[in-house]
Amino acid sequence: MWNVGADMVPWIAAGAGILGTGGGGNPYYGQLHVLRLLRGGVEVRVVDADELPDDALCVSVGGMGAPTIGIEKVHRGDEPLVALRALEAHAGRKAGYLISGEIGGSNALWPLAVAAQTGLAVIDGDGMGRAFPELQQITFSIYGVRCTPAAIADVKHNVALFDNLADTVTLERYARAVTVQMGGSSGYAYPLMSGKQVKDFAVKRTITLACRVGRAVSEARRDHNDPVLAILGHTGGEVVFRGKVVDVDRRMVAGFARGRLKLDTLDPGLGASLEIDLQNEYLIARRDGEVAAVVPDLICLVDLTTGQPVTTEIVRYGLRVAVLRVPAPGLLTTPEALRTVGPAAFGYGGTEYRRGEGIYGAERLTAADGGLVASPG
Amino acid sequence: MRIGIDVGGTNTDAVLMDGTDVLAEVKTVTTRDVTAGIVGALRGLVGARDFSPAQIQAVMIGTTHFTNALVEGRRLARTAALRLALPATEGLPPMVDWPDRLRQAIGGHAYLCHGGHEFDGRQISPLDEDEIRRAASDMAAHGVRSVAISSVFSPVNAEFEQRAADIVTSVLPGVHVSLSHEIGRVGLLERENATIVNACLRDLADQIVDAIGSALLTAGISAPLYLSQNDGTLMDVEYARRYPVATFASGPTNSMRGAAFLSGLADCAVVDIGGTTTDVGILTRGFPREAATEVDIGGVRSNFRMPDVLSVGIGGGSLVHAGAEISVGPDSVGYELGTKALVFGGTMLTATDLAVAAGLADIGDARRAGRVDRELVRGGLDAIAVTVAAAVDRMRTSPEPLPVVAVGGGSILIPNKLPGSGEVNRPGHYAVANAIGAAIAQVGGEVDRIFALGAATREEVLAAAKGEAASKAIAAGARPDSVQIVEVDEVPIAYLPGNAVRVRIKAVGDLQLTADRPPCRADNAPEDPPAGPVR
Repeated sequence: MWNVGADMVPWIAAGAGILGTGGGGNPYYGQLHVLRLLRGGVEVRVVDADELPDDALCVSVGGMGAPTIGIEKVHRGDEPLVALRALEAHAGRKAGYLISGEIGGSNALWPLAVAAQTGLAVIDGDGMGRAFPELQQITFSIYGVRCTPAAIADVKHNVALFDNLADTVTLERYARAVTVQMGGSSGYAYPLMSGKQVKDFAVKRTITLACRVGRAVSEARRDHNDPVLAILGHTGGEVVFRGKVVDVDRRMVAGFARGRLKLDTLDPGLGASLEIDLQNEYLIARRDGEVAAVVPDLICLVDLTTGQPVTTEIVRYGLRVAVLRVPAPGLLTTPEALRTVGPAAFGYGGTEYRRGEGIYGAERLTAADGGLVASPG
Repeated sequence: MRIGIDVGGTNTDAVLMDGTDVLAEVKTVTTRDVTAGIVGALRGLVGARDFSPAQIQAVMIGTTHFTNALVEGRRLARTAALRLALPATEGLPPMVDWPDRLRQAIGGHAYLCHGGHEFDGRQISPLDEDEIRRAASDMAAHGVRSVAISSVFSPVNAEFEQRAADIVTSVLPGVHVSLSHEIGRVGLLERENATIVNACLRDLADQIVDAIGSALLTAGISAPLYLSQNDGTLMDVEYARRYPVATFASGPTNSMRGAAFLSGLADCAVVDIGGTTTDVGILTRGFPREAATEVDIGGVRSNFRMPDVLSVGIGGGSLVHAGAEISVGPDSVGYELGTKALVFGGTMLTATDLAVAAGLADIGDARRAGRVDRELVRGGLDAIAVTVAAAVDRMRTSPEPLPVVAVGGGSILIPNKLPGSGEVNRPGHYAVANAIGAAIAQVGGEVDRIFALGAATREEVLAAAKGEAASKAIAAGARPDSVQIVEVDEVPIAYLPGNAVRVRIKAVGDLQLTADRPPCRADNAPEDPPAGPVR
């Protein structure tokens, strides 16, 4: 068990932004929110998944909605908490631990905020190891955890409760439609899980990974080293492209930011042009017509100079970026998982996912690496 | 012929240019009322190179007044931030991430009211006029002079900002109002921050613009007057009154463009040392490196398109602090250098006094500076070199040393080699690089409209909008072969029929430089002045 220090919060946010693969919402606001709560004197405790009692009641909490909305209609701050309380009341049980549904983007910070608001501990891990646009795309659902009961709440504390749904795809459709009507953003609490289910299905130690990535970028800038290489040192993977954004075609469709980016090269050794399709997150990167990276592998865009993440809602004409491919966590690459998070699930049925070199950075971490206890830096 | 003027916190510099030739340069002291300093600079130009005011085709002015005001936290109006959004955004109120010092300098008055729109045009909450009236009354009770109004999704629907402005001005007649949808893009906190910064600079903007106009009148110059914007393009004075934040980074932009022009170096660090601040920027392929995503304006996070500039409080007027550790600045005597520095008979030990004591400059009465303790002189100059070197270090992005181009009157303060950097270049006319940058400014043309895509494809609409922006830049005086598209911004407007999108495109080109008069030209009549900029 370790405490989240105020100095770690910006690192977690920075690392989460990079792991967000363009989506997940801007973690900066979550960072401000958590720091504000910490200044009130509360503690946020983090526990390793392997330390959980098998019968603990764990709940995933976070926010949903298009990131292009999250940076404008900023959260009230208690939407996931309201959803959690509604879920507990409906289920007749109280949560023992919180966990992130997706470590990519602002949902890395939401569980920390709810922990500060409730005193519950947060599990070091999440349901994706990255970000994805749809609710059924978390490991817990992929591997059979029941999706309902589930609750969402909006800025006016309207609550929608879902129960008895056959599958998570249905929850995604209903909850997304309600979220759009709520103004495009909401807080959620789902699913209810046992400690055993978390141990079996969570992508582990991703809060620690995010923290290390964020700190590595910060140190690289201080020491004038390449932040891109510093990132890859912790996440695994390689640089796919270095270029300038020359076109951003992005619009709101049924609650998601969808579209395509075009980049011209700044490093001819890595190709002449790159196109990236997005649905909140970056899904597929085609370099000079050939697929260079595709889901579930992480396609991360970072500023060439600073290593800061370039997300869907801020990407714009003229930005100079590096495009990284980070190998997906093993849990996302099984045949079962690929049906939900592989290329075909996003409409790229003609593209086959092949495991490339390397492993997802968090898979090299052990329980002893929790927090910044043993940093190689 | 054109006149470029840079009004700094300490010095006012002026240059007279014809094409790419610098015909005359003048450096004078900025006066408290600004006007006399500009008149003095213009007189100095006439003294250096006889010309008649009728020969001047344009006057371009860049100023760091607004940067200095924010960095020092001085001359800022008591400002209120009014946000229309409740119940949304409550967790992060206005100015939540501002440095305490700056929030206090403007009063820190933040009001969260109901309002705001959803992305699709629905209201988050209806406007509560009484709530806004109560907020305005509270502002009046606290002596607020300027109000920044930001409503969620106002770039999509600005109605609430307009209505709130009407209510606020009815309770506070004469108050300045800044509306976020006119100032920034989507991204609430960043747009709101830029709007609050704009608001707190409005009083100062009126003073500066009035002073400049008065000076030109006194000098008999009736040529069009432009102010430099953040992106190196020009704007007219009425626009500058309302949007002083648009001039915020124009000083560093001008000094970098001037440094590139004078040194011929396309890749370097530019260190511009003025009277109060030192600005460090990086030139890449001849253009100032732009801040990538968020920019820091005075310690406050925003999302403007601006050059990446690091400002530190070191300048010719900076006060020297003796003690266990010798330090210089950030406090400065600013424009009062001429009376307060030791070499001018004053009692304050400034960086200028150190330079004179070390023989780096011959200004004022050297004997007065000669009385300063040798150790203090050495220690002070070392402290300056270390601070400036650290700033260059923070800005560069590779371990290899970058050549440094030093410009600005205060550049005498740094040695010929900075720790950790390459050689320091001091080009001719280095002291007036800012004024030169203003004079060689570019002009822009902007398109900002809602297009319903309908039958046209997105590519067709964008191509048409880009062509229109380019035409506007040319109409404003840009050389056609120099025009480039520098900004393309799209905001989907989901609630309008026909798949609507708000498109903002900016095209920029070099101002048409008149050729030297051909020798066979019969009369001396001046050319037509260039057309005004778009805004």
